[in-house]
Amino acid sequence: MPTKTVFKTEIEYVSILDEHGQYDPKLGDGLVPDEDLIRLYEHMTACRHLDEVAFKLQRSGRMGTYPQNMGQEATSLGAAYALEKTDWMVPCYRENAGLFWRGMPMEMVLLHWMGDERGNAIPRELFCTPLAIPIGTQMLHAAGLAWAAKYRDEKRIACTFFGDGATSEGDFHEAMNFSANLDLPVVFLCQNNFWAISVPGRIQCSAPTLAQRGLAYGMDCIQCDGNDLFAVVKVVREAARRAREENRPTFIEAVTYRLGDHTTADDARRYRDQAEVDLWKARDPLIRLRGFMKEKGLWNDSKEAELQEKAEREVAEAVQRAEGIETPPSTDVFDHTFAELDPQLTLQRATRRTTSIGQSPDAAAPAPAVDGH
Amino acid sequence: MANLTLVQAINLALVQEMERDDRVVVLGEDVGPNGGVFRVTEGLHKRFGGHRVIDTPLAESGIIGTSVGLAMAGLRPIPEIQFEGFLGPAYDQICSHAARMRTRTRGAFTVPLTVRVPVGGGIHAPELHSDSPEAIYAHQPGLKVVMPASPYDAKGLLLSAIRDPDPVIFFEPKRIYRAFREEVPEDEYTIPIGKARMVCEGEELTMVSWGASVVQCMQAIEKSGRSIELIDLRTIYPFDMEMVAASVRKTGRAVVVHEAPKTCGFGAEIASRIMEECFLHLEAPVQRVAGFDTIMPYYKLELEYLPDAERIGLAVDEALAY
Ligand SMILES: Cc1ncc(C[n+]2csc(CCOP(=O)(O)OP(=O)(O)O)c2C)c(N)n1
Ligand SMILES: [Mg+2]
Repeated sequence: MPTKTVFKTEIEYVSILDEHGQYDPKLGDGLVPDEDLIRLYEHMTACRHLDEVAFKLQRSGRMGTYPQNMGQEATSLGAAYALEKTDWMVPCYRENAGLFWRGMPMEMVLLHWMGDERGNAIPRELFCTPLAIPIGTQMLHAAGLAWAAKYRDEKRIACTFFGDGATSEGDFHEAMNFSANLDLPVVFLCQNNFWAISVPGRIQCSAPTLAQRGLAYGMDCIQCDGNDLFAVVKVVREAARRAREENRPTFIEAVTYRLGDHTTADDARRYRDQAEVDLWKARDPLIRLRGFMKEKGLWNDSKEAELQEKAEREVAEAVQRAEGIETPPSTDVFDHTFAELDPQLTLQRATRRTTSIGQSPDAAAPAPAVDGH
Repeated sequence: MANLTLVQAINLALVQEMERDDRVVVLGEDVGPNGGVFRVTEGLHKRFGGHRVIDTPLAESGIIGTSVGLAMAGLRPIPEIQFEGFLGPAYDQICSHAARMRTRTRGAFTVPLTVRVPVGGGIHAPELHSDSPEAIYAHQPGLKVVMPASPYDAKGLLLSAIRDPDPVIFFEPKRIYRAFREEVPEDEYTIPIGKARMVCEGEELTMVSWGASVVQCMQAIEKSGRSIELIDLRTIYPFDMEMVAASVRKTGRAVVVHEAPKTCGFGAEIASRIMEECFLHLEAPVQRVAGFDTIMPYYKLELEYLPDAERIGLAVDEALAY
């Protein structure tokens, strides 16, 4: 018997506004109204400014480890813009721009990185889950959230964000498999920034695209320029439609680049060439969008100067709010363990002791500060 | 002799053992050209090449699962899990396979691997970068669990771990990675797994601890001005009950200190063994100073959670006053 081809496919790459300012009106026109474009650009700018401030805060000991988003702003922002406000956003930790667009207060993200859980007490109506520290785990939650929406016929979908490194974790593959085979309305948005800390993409995936990972699960998959806001809006909109109307997941590979270190604890010069970074600096999503807006007559230098000031103010105020919040009392360590504290925890909370003598607070020798600081 | 930090001592042990034994390979996330996020494997990639110092895909189950295979084939893999909080995905391969292979195959296959894992709190890190899960792994039969508290011990214990014919979880307390230096001989030496270290001798009370908490214990002892014997367990499993029991029979009082949550922490095992073996010598109930039975808080409150000299001191006072 002669062999025959049983499956063949291609991976599409979507680019609308490229690094040279080339714009495809056929694909781009009508995607984002001008007034939205300006607001999106303002958000990106604030997010970029936050990165700079956060870096300094960390260096001066006012904040712990912080992962800059620099260079990747268009991806999460474009996605957040393309989603409904009541769709789930299930982020990793490089989605500030999208989260802020959704309505996440900037100071909450700051609080998180300042080592304060209150930064995760996300208002339910934002439909955002907390930043995911363990890599590659949150995509399964997105599948579950989408599943619940489908179960209740809510027409709500879930969009989950993760990096190239995350696609190596088993949980990622399970999330893809569940979503495809149980027909769940999920959008998988992989921010391929070519690096997982110091490990290059080739170690995570030796296929020519990450996008094609979706094929193996029988789901639609597509690649787009992640630094091109228009391209991201377009592909996420289509994926969201497919999820909402057909309960079919999509895997999107957004090609982007992390311009900064992995986090403030990292020094990327140890493992990657400056030439590569410079190449991607020229592909900066902000520069690109600004150029486009100027060309269209939507933007000029005085508006830019005004915006810079506004962004500085916005970030400074967020920092002030985050730093102004009083440190919680030590009892806070206990209070969210269960709906109701069991007797053992209640005792530990009251005495803040784990010592074994004095099992009743009365019998204990003078207890250290009870409740509060 | 060189004056080394714990990080440097571990690095030295890795270099020397890789020089000595070409079955030893180091693998994990960012262990290659970057030298590990804590720089523990600094310089290894350059020295031994990508063939023996391997950056893997970002998958802890994969790192340990393939290490099990490498070890079954006779190599001596040293996988690194970047932080103890990411042992989760690796748990299955560690407990379902690494720990069981010898028993399962009646010794036909063994898994001589050493899993290096930075552990514990106190470094202002994000969530899942500060936990103390040593009791979980000590509870799994078939695993040895080691946690050095000093540079000297780190080198000697790591060499023993690598050469051990069975799987060892080698926890490295990150709070003391660079907290102090110690003379560490260039020459090869090993510290046997299962033997504790007498940090200081005393008559009135026995204090047992391990990892970064040993430093807090030393502070508490100094503050108390009492004659306290401090034992650094060094190995959580198998642990040196002989040294602990001998000490408690002498002092009649014991305080166990660890970062991990109190309930089912390894202190529970020690307290129970003291009760079994030293009951008639005890002058006071055994005390445990531990983390609370809560999720390790984010770093703003981590010092409220971790046992410190003050909390240890209170337990000491109570035990002595009993
Ligand atoms: C399960 C798990 N393993 C390891 C880590 C440590 N770690 C934090 S970020 C990171 C790399 C992530 O790379 P990628 O998924 O590409 O995301 P990026 O940081 O590039 O946005 C690693 C290994 C972690 N947080 N969680
Ligand atoms: Mg990446």
